[in-house]
Amino acid sequence: MSDQTMQGGTASVPGAQVAPDTSDHDALSIHAGPQGETLLEIDHVTLRFGGVVALNDVDFSIKRGEILGLIGPNGAGKTTCFNVMTGVYTPTSGEVRFNGKVISGTKPHKINQLGIARTFQNIRLFPEMSALENVLVGCDARHKTSVLGVLFRAYRVRPTEDQLPDNGFKRAFAKVFGMSRHVLEERGGRIRAMELLKFVGIADRAHELSRNLPYGYQRRLEIARALATEPELLCLDEPAAGFNPAEKEDLMDLIRRIRDLGHTVLVIEHDMKLVLGVTDRIIVLEFGQKIAEGTPDEVARNPKVIAAYLGEPDDAA
Amino acid sequence: MSQIFDTIRGFSIRDRIAQAPNWARKVGMLLVIAFAFYLPFLNILPFAYVRTDLTSRGSDWASVLFLVVVYMIVAVGLNVVIGFAGLLDLGYVGFYALGAYSIALFGSPSSPVVEALQNRFGLSETWAVPFAMCIPIAIAMSLIAGVILGAPTLRLRGDYLAIVTLGFGEIIRITARNLDNVTNGATGITNVPTPPGPETDGRAFFNTVDAERWYWLALTILIIIIWLAFRLEHSRVGRAWLAIREDEDAAAIMGVAAFKFKLWAFAIGASVGGLAGLLFGSKQQYVEPNAFMVNLSFLFVAMVVIGGSGNIYGVLLGAFLLTYLPERFREFQEWRPFAFGVALVVVMILRPQGLVPSRRRAREFEDRKVEAEEAAADV
Repeated sequence: MSDQTMQGGTASVPGAQVAPDTSDHDALSIHAGPQGETLLEIDHVTLRFGGVVALNDVDFSIKRGEILGLIGPNGAGKTTCFNVMTGVYTPTSGEVRFNGKVISGTKPHKINQLGIARTFQNIRLFPEMSALENVLVGCDARHKTSVLGVLFRAYRVRPTEDQLPDNGFKRAFAKVFGMSRHVLEERGGRIRAMELLKFVGIADRAHELSRNLPYGYQRRLEIARALATEPELLCLDEPAAGFNPAEKEDLMDLIRRIRDLGHTVLVIEHDMKLVLGVTDRIIVLEFGQKIAEGTPDEVARNPKVIAAYLGEPDDAA
Repeated sequence: MSQIFDTIRGFSIRDRIAQAPNWARKVGMLLVIAFAFYLPFLNILPFAYVRTDLTSRGSDWASVLFLVVVYMIVAVGLNVVIGFAGLLDLGYVGFYALGAYSIALFGSPSSPVVEALQNRFGLSETWAVPFAMCIPIAIAMSLIAGVILGAPTLRLRGDYLAIVTLGFGEIIRITARNLDNVTNGATGITNVPTPPGPETDGRAFFNTVDAERWYWLALTILIIIIWLAFRLEHSRVGRAWLAIREDEDAAAIMGVAAFKFKLWAFAIGASVGGLAGLLFGSKQQYVEPNAFMVNLSFLFVAMVVIGGSGNIYGVLLGAFLLTYLPERFREFQEWRPFAFGVALVVVMILRPQGLVPSRRRAREFEDRKVEAEEAAADV
């Protein structure tokens, strides 16, 4: 039995009203490596589409345990950068390394298994699935049962005391023959998914179709789904788009709590207040090139950044 | 008119079943299964009108039931491919034929393959691969064929995949017809083995006369396959298929190995089709290429689509209607293609999602309709 599959041992009541979240989510925290080490390196990555240079010699790294902001004007290449990291595009030159391993050119689902998850700028949930099922798809990424395992359930594992069924006969059977790993994973996944929904604060509508959820819920659900894959690195693509100031406050708090679970967070965001408020370090892109890097204070004072966002003053031209 | 429809829609059998207590559902399920096993002997008057052998021109009732169940197995298997994974497979008859040909080639003492084995190893003239061994062979052959067909073609999406699979179905049939020294060509293979069983009245247990025994065998297999299909649907595999159907790229980024799961859907569908073909070939005790024409593929797809793809009960209904009705109304034989065409058009206009659709599928249909209308309005 892998220790990942059965996290979230506390029982949860489906549909319980839990937002705002105050409970302790120790069960959700992941086993991250040593803090402060380089987790992801974008090593002089260039990406061309024909004559268009989308990323030009972009070079930065993310340290484990930090919250890194990636900002820049529209069309600067922020989302393209995400797409290179998650395997959607393969860089024309340069490479991406994750935990010291080259991942550029790897298939998206393999990269997810290595430990990178993301959300999308334009929400891409599975609309016909309930919120809980959406998160379960994420949980499945860490489950080991194969198709044959689902069909025949021949792989048995010894259950722990609280996993044993209540029914006397079934209990005795499970004690002798063990329980199907598939059943345990499925049950553990549901508990974990519910915990995650509570964590992002949308557990009250867990069983509703994701297409019927309000916009803010859908954004949070995307984060929960990405967290379900237990990523070391979580990439948020404009998580605050369309949020009001109060919701932005909540989101900043959520991002910090995600970091406290042991995830490293990379945020693309337009809203300067949010980025300056929550990140440890900021990378600024413009026209596919990195123009600045540093702490929020440094970046906010950097004349290149100010020029990129506000246009250059006439006397400087 | 619309009021009547609304009332009918409001009375949802599905909700009633879902609300019923657990024991009631189990008892109901057992009653349905018991009734299905009793069907060949159904002779109580008002209900006996469902029998197909009421007139002298009618066909044997138990044989019709057997064929219905074999096609139900096909429909459940094809539903995994079309309904769950969303891949349009127009060559399903190829797997059905492979199953039938596997048991004929390896199980029949008069097939060229078995004769070659007899000569090579000096075996007696009555030797053939035992029936129990033919089952895994048939499943393995169709499964391998499914993987061989799927591995290069599943990278295609939508209509392209349909065209390639359509070709596959024909390739199997034409190969079987032209490979004279392996499959006996158009002559076909006789002496296809039947399952072993105690002899009664000097006849084998599974013989050509007592078709109800074949029906019970097929029904048992069908029940097992339905049970396994439900396991698939409500598991990580079913969720992965649904995720792929809804947004393949997002699913891949969430760690769903899209290609792997699509290939599994293909392989599972293929092996179920092979199993159905094995039953069919064994019951006929004769296999020839013309039994696997391409129109059978279309019939299979029609079963799934008319019944309601994605819903196991729906495709069972579709298989039942499209197999049973033509047999029941044999008197109107010359009208059958016409009635079939009209019924298809009517169903596709009034219920494009199928008679008993999966709720998710029905909503996907609605969405696509709205999108198409919006796109038309934009132009």
